[in-house]
Amino acid sequence: MDTDTLALPRTHYLNAEFGLASWLLTTDHKRIGLLFLGSISMFFVLGGIFAGMIRLELLTPPGDLVSDDTYNKLFTMHGIVMIFMFLIPSIPSVMGNFFVPIMIGARDLAFPRLNLLSWYIFMIGGCFTLYAIVTGGVDTGWTFYTPFSTMASTSNVMAAAVGIFIMGFSSILTGLNFIVTIHTMRAPGMTWFRMPLFLWAMYATSLINVLGTPVLAITIVSVALERAFHLGIFDPAYGGDPLLFQHLFWFYSHPAVYIMILPSMGIVSELIAAFSRKNIFGYTFVAFSSLAIAVFGFLVWGHHMFVAGMSVYGAMIFSVLSFLVAVPSAVKVFNWTATLYKGSVSYQTPMLYALGFIGLFTIGGLTGLFLASLGIDVHVTDTYFVVAHFHYIMVGGALMGYLGGLHYWWPKMTGRMYPDLWGRVAAVVTFLGFNLTFFPQFILGYLGMPRRYHAYPPEFQALNVLSTAGASVMGIGYLMPAIYLFWSLKYGPIAGPNPWGAKGLEWTTPSPPPTFNFDETPVVTEPAYAYDTVEKKLA
Amino acid sequence: MPELPLFPTQASTMAGKVDALYFFLVSVSAFFVVLVAALIIFFAIRYRRRAHGEVGAKVIPSLALELTWTIIPLGLGLVMFFWGANVYFVESRPPAETLDIYVVGKQWMWRFQHLDGQREINELHVPVGRAVRLTGTSEDVIHSFFVPAFRMKADIIPGRYTTLWFNATKTGRYHLFCAEYCGTRHSGMIGTIVVMEPSEYQAWLAGGGGEGSLVSQGQKLFQDLACITCHRADGEGRGPILDGVYGSKVDLVDGRIVVADDAYIRESVLSPSAKVVAGFQPIMPTFQGLVSEEQLLSLIEYVKSLKGRELNTTKK
Repeated sequence: MDTDTLALPRTHYLNAEFGLASWLLTTDHKRIGLLFLGSISMFFVLGGIFAGMIRLELLTPPGDLVSDDTYNKLFTMHGIVMIFMFLIPSIPSVMGNFFVPIMIGARDLAFPRLNLLSWYIFMIGGCFTLYAIVTGGVDTGWTFYTPFSTMASTSNVMAAAVGIFIMGFSSILTGLNFIVTIHTMRAPGMTWFRMPLFLWAMYATSLINVLGTPVLAITIVSVALERAFHLGIFDPAYGGDPLLFQHLFWFYSHPAVYIMILPSMGIVSELIAAFSRKNIFGYTFVAFSSLAIAVFGFLVWGHHMFVAGMSVYGAMIFSVLSFLVAVPSAVKVFNWTATLYKGSVSYQTPMLYALGFIGLFTIGGLTGLFLASLGIDVHVTDTYFVVAHFHYIMVGGALMGYLGGLHYWWPKMTGRMYPDLWGRVAAVVTFLGFNLTFFPQFILGYLGMPRRYHAYPPEFQALNVLSTAGASVMGIGYLMPAIYLFWSLKYGPIAGPNPWGAKGLEWTTPSPPPTFNFDETPVVTEPAYAYDTVEKKLA
Repeated sequence: MPELPLFPTQASTMAGKVDALYFFLVSVSAFFVVLVAALIIFFAIRYRRRAHGEVGAKVIPSLALELTWTIIPLGLGLVMFFWGANVYFVESRPPAETLDIYVVGKQWMWRFQHLDGQREINELHVPVGRAVRLTGTSEDVIHSFFVPAFRMKADIIPGRYTTLWFNATKTGRYHLFCAEYCGTRHSGMIGTIVVMEPSEYQAWLAGGGGEGSLVSQGQKLFQDLACITCHRADGEGRGPILDGVYGSKVDLVDGRIVVADDAYIRESVLSPSAKVVAGFQPIMPTFQGLVSEEQLLSLIEYVKSLKGRELNTTKK
């Protein structure tokens, strides 16, 4: 594209108003998206520092870098920060807020003030959790298993739990807002089956948020009541059932995995289509597989508890349902791969992240089958095999999709391009670093190294060294975008409205978009990804 | 440079079964990873964008293809499910004849109690080639009993009895890990399973340290706690006769029927009014806080032993 002739639009959402108040009181979904981007980026750095310290500690078998209590707090806070303060809000709150209205041709979300409130609620909850961290930390593990969390832990459980409880309402409000917006505010002609797949994914995710998060809230309130008044809900010493907590907790927290991965799948669908310049193969299958994953996701929580004293037949039900949930995931992977067939495939930064996503998600998904399989789960559950598996899904999947989306939509959000070469280098470095970090952990897990170990027998050292080395490479991979994206804000070339030559309403409006997104309401006349209607310049 | 092991020792009858399934899943996974990666790389090169402004060809998705790649993963998933469930059945059903040992988890140690009195901490001696059944509970939080070489793991939960079993096939010393996070010294809650030749095991058992069999410890406790005054063998006491009660069905005052297993006996000692036997008043005091988990185990073992006595009395 000839960038010399391009200029930024004179007024857009970023310069329409100035001053702190114009940001803190904004109801513009795009600005709220950026508020979330800033907040969760800070939390990501914090969670990353904890991760780095964990990997450093595990470089040698004896627990010689930090004390055991410190280590327990590090992995707990790494989990809490990354899951509740980064992964769950990441794509819905940043890309969802920014692009759901634009992609359906609306001026804003259905409830703009509720949207702003969801950011404030998120920050208040985040502050409680940060307070828990600075006043001594939490050592229960992010899962808060009872009776440890209700009787044995002397750490700051309450503040952290209150923080998570509050942040949950932010997810509920965002989910509610998206559902109403997608139902009622689609531009003329934007039928359900003309919606970009990212919107299907956001819709499915919102359903989980609205239906699942209240259960988490109830669970956390129960833990707080149990800690304060010993009601005998979870603690057997007072007549409670320790496993009741696990049922309640995983009823939310298993679907929460899909809150993290479904949005990423939506982004990957966008990226594969845009960079193959082709309709997604099996659009309806991909769309419905998102809904199928959301629905099945609520029925498999018990597979976290196969060794926790569940009845044999209960375990069998959860096992077979877990295998069923793998099927729609496999369907997505095959459809994305098939989309490349006879495409016009280019390998700019977002596409590399998307292809990286497919690779890592495939490994993460397949190793999920090991855990769904009862006979193997007994051996590998609570070992590093599980750690590796869920990092492949949640970091390899969710985070790669997030970074792919960030690179794809960055020019739209800021109006400027970043150096694509550096972007591609970062994507490759992240991919390699990721595999070096987490692949050895599958082997470690099958060898029997339990998770959450601060010190370990010496025979596990070699694989831990590999893993820690990989973590440094991965850290560099995450640092690079931070640098060149900041650089691009001032020095990046002007992007123009559609730097990728992509389809989708978001590419029909200027970059950055005006406050109300479109000068006039767009009318949709064709399916999403209708690249075959683009005139072929060169056959 | 430290050694680089890639596969754990196989030291129980379970290990081979689990590993066979594991290798099947590894093969299937490797096949699909290679397939997807090869297709992506092939398409990526074959269909790379050659000219600016070029678009992809229109490809009509084929329903047959969609169904194929839905049904094949479903079929493979079901094979994995049935195979895995089959292994799990074996894992959860101990054989009829077992050597029974009790285990109590406590922050942060493993305590073992052999039936004939030997007690151990963080070390468990067992004979090779014999099915061993462990019955475990926890004094505080949830722990998990994990022996990688045996491919065996089960959570040890306060207020419940977990049973697990193994049949060791190779003598040696194996790691016993706590696999469920349990607080500060979770990673220090490591024990050793010592698998010995049966003759050595007999010698070890005989080698002192015992405090009389678990049954006799339980019997002494039964007298010391004055349980004997109500649970009289002649049926004249204010509590039910315990002879032969273990493993039998018990009618409760509220009409329910329960099986008098380990968990029921434990509950009856700690909260006697929870499940009162039909025909009796809820007058038994609670022993919560008075008996430790280990003492409970000896009481259970004593009640179990009363089965034999009952047979003797009916013969008269």
